Amino acid sequence: MTMSTGFPWLTVLIVWPLVAAAATALTGVGRGRPAGGAVTGGRFGAGAARTVALVGALVEVALLVGAFAAFDTGDAGSHQLTETYSWIPALGASYAVGVDGVGLLLVALSVGLVPLVILAAWREQGGDHARLRRFLATVLLLEAFMVTVFVARDVFLFYVVFEAMLIPAYFLIGGFGQGPQRRYAAVKFLLFSLAGGLVMLVAVIALYLQVPAADRGPQTFLTDNLTGLTLDPTAEKLMFCAFFLAFAIKAPMFPVHSWLPDVTQNATPGTSTLLICVLDKVGTFGMLTLCLPLFPGASRWAAPFVVVLAVISILYGAVLAIGQRDVLRLIGYTSVSHFGFIILGIFTFTSLGTAGSGLMMLNHGISTGALFLVAGFAIARHPRRSQLVGDYGGLRAVAPLLGGTFLVAGLSAASLPGLATFVSEIMVFLGSYARWPAAVLVAVPAVVLAAVYVLLTYQRMFTGTTTPELAGARDLDGREKTVAGVLVAALLVLGLVPGPVLDYVRAPGEVAVEQVGETDPPPVFEPAASSAAPVGIDGRTTEGSLL
Amino acid sequence: MNDFVAPPIDWAAVSPVLIVLAAGVLGVLLEAFVPARGRRATQLALTLVALAGSLVAVGLLWDRVQEHAVSVVGGSYLLTPFGLAVQAVVGVCALLGVLVVAERTTTGQDAFAPAAAAVPGTAYEDETRRAGLQQTEIYPLILFATGGMLLFPATDDLIVMFVALEVLSLPLYVLCATARRRRLLSQEAAFKYFVLGAFASALFVFGIALVYGFAGTVRLQGVVAVLADPSVSPLGSMPALVLVGLLLVLSGLLFKIGAAPFHAWTPDVYQGAPTPITGFMAACTKAAAIGALVRVLFTLANGLDPATRHDVEVALWAVAILTMLVGTVAGAVQTDVKRMLAYSSIAHAGFLVVGLVGMDEVGSQAVLFYLLAYGLATIGAFAVVTLVRERTLTGDEALGDGPVPDDGVVLGEATRLAQWAGLGRKAPWLTAAFSLFLLSMAGIPLTAGFVAKFGVFSAAVEAGAWPLALLGVLASAVAVFFYVRVIVLMVLTPPTDGGDATPAEAATSVPADAAGGTGTGSGGAPSGSGAATLTGAATRTLVSRTVVTVVGSRGPAAFAIAVCAVGVLLLGVLPAGALDLAGQAAQFRP
Repeated sequence: MTMSTGFPWLTVLIVWPLVAAAATALTGVGRGRPAGGAVTGGRFGAGAARTVALVGALVEVALLVGAFAAFDTGDAGSHQLTETYSWIPALGASYAVGVDGVGLLLVALSVGLVPLVILAAWREQGGDHARLRRFLATVLLLEAFMVTVFVARDVFLFYVVFEAMLIPAYFLIGGFGQGPQRRYAAVKFLLFSLAGGLVMLVAVIALYLQVPAADRGPQTFLTDNLTGLTLDPTAEKLMFCAFFLAFAIKAPMFPVHSWLPDVTQNATPGTSTLLICVLDKVGTFGMLTLCLPLFPGASRWAAPFVVVLAVISILYGAVLAIGQRDVLRLIGYTSVSHFGFIILGIFTFTSLGTAGSGLMMLNHGISTGALFLVAGFAIARHPRRSQLVGDYGGLRAVAPLLGGTFLVAGLSAASLPGLATFVSEIMVFLGSYARWPAAVLVAVPAVVLAAVYVLLTYQRMFTGTTTPELAGARDLDGREKTVAGVLVAALLVLGLVPGPVLDYVRAPGEVAVEQVGETDPPPVFEPAASSAAPVGIDGRTTEGSLL
Repeated sequence: MNDFVAPPIDWAAVSPVLIVLAAGVLGVLLEAFVPARGRRATQLALTLVALAGSLVAVGLLWDRVQEHAVSVVGGSYLLTPFGLAVQAVVGVCALLGVLVVAERTTTGQDAFAPAAAAVPGTAYEDETRRAGLQQTEIYPLILFATGGMLLFPATDDLIVMFVALEVLSLPLYVLCATARRRRLLSQEAAFKYFVLGAFASALFVFGIALVYGFAGTVRLQGVVAVLADPSVSPLGSMPALVLVGLLLVLSGLLFKIGAAPFHAWTPDVYQGAPTPITGFMAACTKAAAIGALVRVLFTLANGLDPATRHDVEVALWAVAILTMLVGTVAGAVQTDVKRMLAYSSIAHAGFLVVGLVGMDEVGSQAVLFYLLAYGLATIGAFAVVTLVRERTLTGDEALGDGPVPDDGVVLGEATRLAQWAGLGRKAPWLTAAFSLFLLSMAGIPLTAGFVAKFGVFSAAVEAGAWPLALLGVLASAVAVFFYVRVIVLMVLTPPTDGGDATPAEAATSVPADAAGGTGTGSGGAPSGSGAATLTGAATRTLVSRTVVTVVGSRGPAAFAIAVCAVGVLLLGVLPAGALDLAGQAAQFRP
């Protein structure tokens, strides 16, 4: 019943943020609460909590490096660093963790973004350190859940974390947001997510009962044990729909995306970063690692519908982004568009497209995270904390670094070659073209739309004459430079040298295609190879071998 | 002819019930002989010892009953593993419930009227209050009620079951009428409960009469034997009698559970009764009545022919659907904490019935765990409600109305939801515990409620009732909305009027020593300085002269809340042990 291989890296990665969260929550409790408004922390006062949180998050990054070192990239398609312990034998649930390449990249994304979010939030919450302490503790608590959900190899464990993480996320939006309608946004988020999650619960139960009674044991819920069951086709389709609904709401995908813009508008940029860049990946990650292997037949059956919805998401998100006046809302809509790409790639059932989606989950996280955080820096410079694009103008003149990083992050979101998202988007397009050429042809204009919303926003906010309100704005300080620098560096590295990262996603992509029972279609689109040629010039030799 | 042969009685098997009932009788005697100043302590000690003793007896009997059910006096008392497990749940909940009942808070007053017989608003009532009288009869009454609850699921004889029903109901009617505050509401609640309860009892008895007419016996096993071989009874060829009889008996039991359409009493009674009694009643009565329901339903259903059994299933489906709908939809619009919890308890009754539609072992195991999870959360939640009070403003705090006669007096509970706004700043620990209980009731993972709901929905899906399970999860989603609304109110809504308080303002309104509910009874009532927050201006005038304050616990209630909170978390994170015990107990052997 108990099985583990080597050092329990993943459990440590789960437990450490909990420890850090507790330490953060307890730092300076009972001190630094003077009667007058502003709280001056003192050496061990509430202000020290953010240092504790940052150190905790950085230690987690160090632990992550250890996990990467223990991970064998040659075998990225199978689950590694596995641990299995009996948890609730009566229900067939185990504590089973392990990662494949995509899972590890998403863990890395979660763990990597948290210290940046903490740094970015350093002066948020109106200088109320006690409030900031609670915010940071909640962020670390959420980190533990995020790591768990990406490493869970047990459907019950996955479901438990999938639902439980809503609560800290809910408080991050509703309790610490900056928008006037944050409570409304938080409730909307919770109800959307719960409605999907509870429908999924029925499917989880039904899936368990599909296992013949004689075979049910204390480890029935292991993903591996539930894969390859012979399912009744109707039941399989219903269960697929229930799972897919939950993941589509989470992702978020048209037409169940409407909670997302409200959340990004009302939450702090840091919360949005974690929510959109990491938490929502649970949706696409779930489609890839649960929907496809558990319900291969139904996945093939549903693929045409899903592809149509994905294409609608891609275009709809992009068009609506152009029309937004609130910059955080705008970034939210761009994500709807990007999630459309990810879902399109997953449901192409080609190893190239699926691997592209795996990579895009990482790249989108970094580029959108950069957009949110840099936009947050810009908003912090506005005297009224306005989020409206129209209230800005000429910011680059006074804050050139701020403008530059925003442009880089935006261009990455618009898939400029040389930046991270380009690699994954081209993989998705090429992979999809082999199976759904029409879908790709319809979706390609989104690339142009992306350029429009990014450049238009940049032009309005950063170029032209500086508005009087922003005349005194400072450029990025050291803390903000660190945050923006790390993200921009990641975008450049992943864009120029994607080879090493591709090693992590290629094998899982092949495994997913195999699990769904499809084979790669022959390369019908010969020019595809030549279109990838300029990619190779940039030093991305790996591309060629993929095709 | 004149020889009376005493039946052999297995006293050990009856001990869980006997200990509690005997302690109840002893309590009545103590009431007469112990001097007034020592009465409360003596009664409380006796009650706790009796309930703990009963639990120990249950523990000692556990292994023995696992081997074979113990039948005493031909089935008048029948201890099955399931019945014993229900007794365990009732015992645990009663023990925690009594702790809340015993709480006197830092105000020095318990939740009960000094003299329940005094007419509200009379000089006599004032006199008793001034004299500091205490009504210690509540403890024997609770013991009698608990005794009835312990007997309820552990009998094969419908007449004994009826007696148990009355033994548990009558003390509860009285207890409902004894609230210290809002006494008219309390007495009205008791009267409603009594009248409707009597009506339900009548249905129950009529059902027994029909079953007896059919089978010529009131023993469930005997009825099953007649169903198998109709020729042994004169009316054995009329199975409609047993169907109608069974439905009437079920109606009586569903009334006690608070399932729709027999739920109408629940909100009024839960609201009017003294809050500690509400918690005790909600948790223990439901457990006992579900135990009896399972006993009757599962025994008879196995004997019924498929067509009749199907009729019973249709009735159960209808009850389950209706109950979930009523509980969640009506719960979503409540503005009073106790009423909201009452409707939530109705919704839970619906979920419990969902788990029972399969009428099999999986269902009974799921229901057992559910009862425990629900009982802990409910007692904890009502215990929290007892500590959140209104306090009149002192002169300079009053909102322009000049000095109030009784400055700074802690009044009754602040049960209007609007008054709970910003409670998180005044009492963070208490708020955390209450949020935990609400999350558990909502069925959020990592709390006991999730494992419980997972269990009942699994049982339903396994029995082929997946539409019920689907409806159940949708009802849960609606329920989450109103539970979370309360959490939002407590945690996220600032306690001062006028929209968003800036963080700095909020920080100053935190009392320096906001006494958490889990504090060990130190300190006086904290000076809750924030005025009661109201979401709407319309209700503002109503409470303009009171503020909401959290009174400190003197120990027992805080202990009970802590135990409930730990239990809810433990059952949520590591439920393996409890599920194994429930699995053992669910083996439904006659």
